[in-house]
Amino acid sequence: MIETDVTFSVNGERVRLAVEPRRTLADALREDCGLTGTHLGCEHGVCGACTVIVDGEPARACLMFAVQADGSSVTTVEGLQGTDGELHPLQEAFVAHHGLQCGFCTPGMLMSALHLLDTTPDADRETIREEMSGNICRCTGYQGIVDAIEAAGRELTGHAEEAEPAE
Amino acid sequence: MKCAPFDYVRASSVEEVVKVLAESDGDGKILAGGQSLVPVLALRMARPSVLVDVNRIPGLGAIRPSGDAVEVGALVRHSRLVEQTNHPLLAEAARWIGHTAIRARGTAGGSVAHADPSAELPVVAVGTGATATVAGPSGVRSVAAEDLFLSALVTSLDEDEMITGLRFPLPTRWGFAEFARRHGDFALVTAVVTELGGAVRITLGGVASVPQRAAHAEQVLADGGTAREAARAAADEIDPTADLHGSAPFRRAIAGEMVRRALAQAGIGQE
Repeated sequence: MIETDVTFSVNGERVRLAVEPRRTLADALREDCGLTGTHLGCEHGVCGACTVIVDGEPARACLMFAVQADGSSVTTVEGLQGTDGELHPLQEAFVAHHGLQCGFCTPGMLMSALHLLDTTPDADRETIREEMSGNICRCTGYQGIVDAIEAAGRELTGHAEEAEPAE
Repeated sequence: MKCAPFDYVRASSVEEVVKVLAESDGDGKILAGGQSLVPVLALRMARPSVLVDVNRIPGLGAIRPSGDAVEVGALVRHSRLVEQTNHPLLAEAARWIGHTAIRARGTAGGSVAHADPSAELPVVAVGTGATATVAGPSGVRSVAAEDLFLSALVTSLDEDEMITGLRFPLPTRWGFAEFARRHGDFALVTAVVTELGGAVRITLGGVASVPQRAAHAEQVLADGGTAREAARAAADEIDPTADLHGSAPFRRAIAGEMVRRALAQAGIGQE
């Protein structure tokens, strides 16, 4: 078994690993970096649970080999929390709006939503549904997830008050 | 599942890709975006001995208008095709590919070389009369899209050849319509309508093992027929196979409707 040295950054920390070429980025994150927040559902690019951000773009970590991430900057769900451990506004919104039940799909949902709000902070519900269509959830029926992302978008753009329903 | 072991080569030039592929004696595979290849490896439907990663080869990621066409480097990601404004039909078609994370990594060259009968870009390639620039051991050659696709997932490329770029002519009018069971799924039917040099082409994806021109429907239009008549002709001339996603009559009906919609979008044959 020939291993290859790879160096990349995960959530701002530099990691150096020796991996088999066939090791997926998802497995390297979970098994070699101990970051088990990235979940593996289908392992062939259908469910979206393993979505992470690689060099600013969303990627399915099961469809990328760790050797391909050499020199890249990777953000996982563990990178969302603040330095003092507080939850990201997206995570707060998922809690507040029933954006999760069992939580298996949640890391992928959060990372896809993070990219969506980074690129389109004022995304409307239709855009949210379209952009999140690559992430499958079997619990929530998606309604709470769309609510949560919409609310987090308002929070992040500073329009939280305006969107409160009128009395 | 996990992939079977393979050797990994990160190529820094097209010449290196061709060399490694030639040395692998037909057992090597090019790894571009990986959005189709890696699932195939993970399900162990293929076990190549060596993967040649082309992602870091410089010079293959540009989109360039060139006269009455747009040149697309093999490594252009679908998300960039969506954003570009030089070729509106390509942008519309790319929007229908998979989901955001897939479009962020999947490549134009990879999609065409993979030759999935339900993929969007092969249909656009045949519909626009695109040509692929192909590098191999004996140099560079051009291959017309209609000569590229031989069967489902099979192209006329040799095992040691690589698509380095694609040239998509700009149609004067165009229409694109697709039907899939769920958003982002592979298409049951894709219809691409293009007007090139005054002639209208109707090209269908998902109804055969390769993108298929609806020649009778094109003739109906050339003879002054309406979009509805052309759509009916297209539905009649195809021979779709049934699977659990749809019966043959259903696919026929959907194909006709997609042709009607694509023609309406193009403003061709409207009563």
